[in-house]
Amino acid sequence: MSSVTFTKDRHTGSGTAIYGLAAQFTSVDEIMQASERVRDAGYTKTDAYTPFPVEGLDEALGMEPTRLGWVVLAAGIAGGLGGFFMQWWANTTYFPLIIGGKPLNSWPNWIVIMYELTILSSAFTAGLVMIIRNGLPRPYHSIFNTPNFENASRDKFFLAIESRDKNFDLTQTRAFLESLGPERVSEVER
Amino acid sequence: MAVTTGKRPLVETNRVIGHGQTYGTIDDTVLTPVLVGVQRTPRWWWIGFAISMAFLTMYLVSVVHLITTGIGIFGNNIPAAWGMPIINFVWWIGIGHAGTLISAALLLFRQPWRTTINRFAEAMTIFAVVCAGLYPILHLGRPWVFYWLLPYPNTYGLFPQFRSPLDWDLFAIGTYAGVSILFWFIGLIPDMATLRDRATTKFQKLLYGLLCLGWTGSTKAWQRYQRAYLLIAAISFPLVLSVHSTIAMDFAVAQVPGWNNTVMPPYFVAGAVFAGFAMVLILAVPLRRAFGMEQLITLRHLDNSAKLMLATGMIVVYGYVVEIFIAWYSGVEFERYMIWNRMFGDHAIFFWALILCNFVAIQPLWFRRVRQSPLALFVISLIVSVGMWLERFVIIVVSLTKDFLLSSWGDYISTFWDWSLYLGSFGLFSTLFFLFIRLLPAIATAETKETVYHDTLHGSDAFEHIREDYYAEVKP
Repeated sequence: MSSVTFTKDRHTGSGTAIYGLAAQFTSVDEIMQASERVRDAGYTKTDAYTPFPVEGLDEALGMEPTRLGWVVLAAGIAGGLGGFFMQWWANTTYFPLIIGGKPLNSWPNWIVIMYELTILSSAFTAGLVMIIRNGLPRPYHSIFNTPNFENASRDKFFLAIESRDKNFDLTQTRAFLESLGPERVSEVER
Repeated sequence: MAVTTGKRPLVETNRVIGHGQTYGTIDDTVLTPVLVGVQRTPRWWWIGFAISMAFLTMYLVSVVHLITTGIGIFGNNIPAAWGMPIINFVWWIGIGHAGTLISAALLLFRQPWRTTINRFAEAMTIFAVVCAGLYPILHLGRPWVFYWLLPYPNTYGLFPQFRSPLDWDLFAIGTYAGVSILFWFIGLIPDMATLRDRATTKFQKLLYGLLCLGWTGSTKAWQRYQRAYLLIAAISFPLVLSVHSTIAMDFAVAQVPGWNNTVMPPYFVAGAVFAGFAMVLILAVPLRRAFGMEQLITLRHLDNSAKLMLATGMIVVYGYVVEIFIAWYSGVEFERYMIWNRMFGDHAIFFWALILCNFVAIQPLWFRRVRQSPLALFVISLIVSVGMWLERFVIIVVSLTKDFLLSSWGDYISTFWDWSLYLGSFGLFSTLFFLFIRLLPAIATAETKETVYHDTLHGSDAFEHIREDYYAEVKP
């Protein structure tokens, strides 16, 4: 990969591909301001890692809104129609059986199952598409090599710029991140 | 509330958890009991778990006896073909409803006080649905072929009867169980990532590392996560209303006097939420004490739950009144006789006990002092749970034993196995619940941290003393 940056490891002298640089912050306000400045500086391969969802941080990093809602809507409609036609086919075509003198296409009786299948298919689509689009399950991720990253799930906020970003330059990007007032800036091994 | 106590101008607050919490203290309070070693498990946990396991054993013995002997071991017979198995099924499924309501409806209505009680309420939902869902299956007579209820291609060339409420039940409960587990698991992902990062042993690191799926907390991931969570909440809210409505339709589409009634679905849903909040309080009161979570599950949570319990309880009482009115207004002699029999017949004592439990016992909740007394809430919730069981008994047994023809009247007598299975199902529920509070965080830490952030952002301390005054611990 041509975009991977190789740096001299200070201790061994061997070349190591790095994932990027990560700056550690202590509060929501700090990471919000830092994210906006990183976005304005033209970095695009960025992400922030926070212990809880921070409202507006996706916009501060210049991320597009998710299109998950449309997928779920489509899945819900498909589930409802599938539920209807399953019952319609079974009761009118495959095994017609008159119950209680009602017509074969007695659709009011089918509403409950249609409704439940709409919910089942849309809810599982929402959950599973979220997991898959987030690239999970994935037990290993380079960002876990960040020093002190175990506190990203407790009370620290990390802002990472990946080395595959076109504006990434180890020295300059590091100096830029340090100018944002973080607690520390670390190189993240791949 | 335009309050002007003292000199300072005061602002309405949304602060729901105790003062002075930080992101770290929440982790410490919630996760420490999960992460301590086996030897440091508190004694009360072992005692509670042992008792639960004893009841679970009773449940398993009853199930084995049921499967090897047949459903003749129950007291159900003609005319009361539905007895305790269905009473207990409806009772358990009702309990689950408060969990989904707290997690879904209160999220959509932006009620921040849900954040510290939603996790264990969702767990309660799942375990109650497990207990409930097993009842109809065991009641089938041949539980090992329960999958015949599902539409699947089979060599008999048959489909289930989609026009039957019993098949609606299967879809409603199956969807409810599936979506509840999904919602619970998705809520747990960030917390399990926190547990992975705090883990002290290799086993814990492996367990929580696998369960959290490798969650990093990246902003893009949170963005999709929050959208998915909100969507599932929005989908679960109508689901929870549909589940008990469907169960009510098991009754309402039949012609039995006392069942064939359009008020049944909304009245069942209100009853379910009522019973569910009672169970939330039964679990919350000891839980906050045992884990020292009084600063996270505060009196405000208890107060709000009690208010919802009172509101839904009064809707249920309205349902009782409507049933009596409709029986008279319908002009149907069987409906009129059913109400007379319910109130003054052989089983009248159950009806009046039900009024005592579900109407009289909740009236003290109008008073703030009662709503903020954990002990009083615990006792009232126990009474309400009994009352809701009696309600289902009255609806099922009293209606079935005396319906249309005098020659078909009969009585219902429960058996030892009816009770051993019912008491055993408490063992199933509490065993699962004890394992849950030991292995998983009982409070959603990521969401609670969000609450802490909002408190630090918007929480002007000027109004603090009003809140503290309002939610001051009532001294015994």
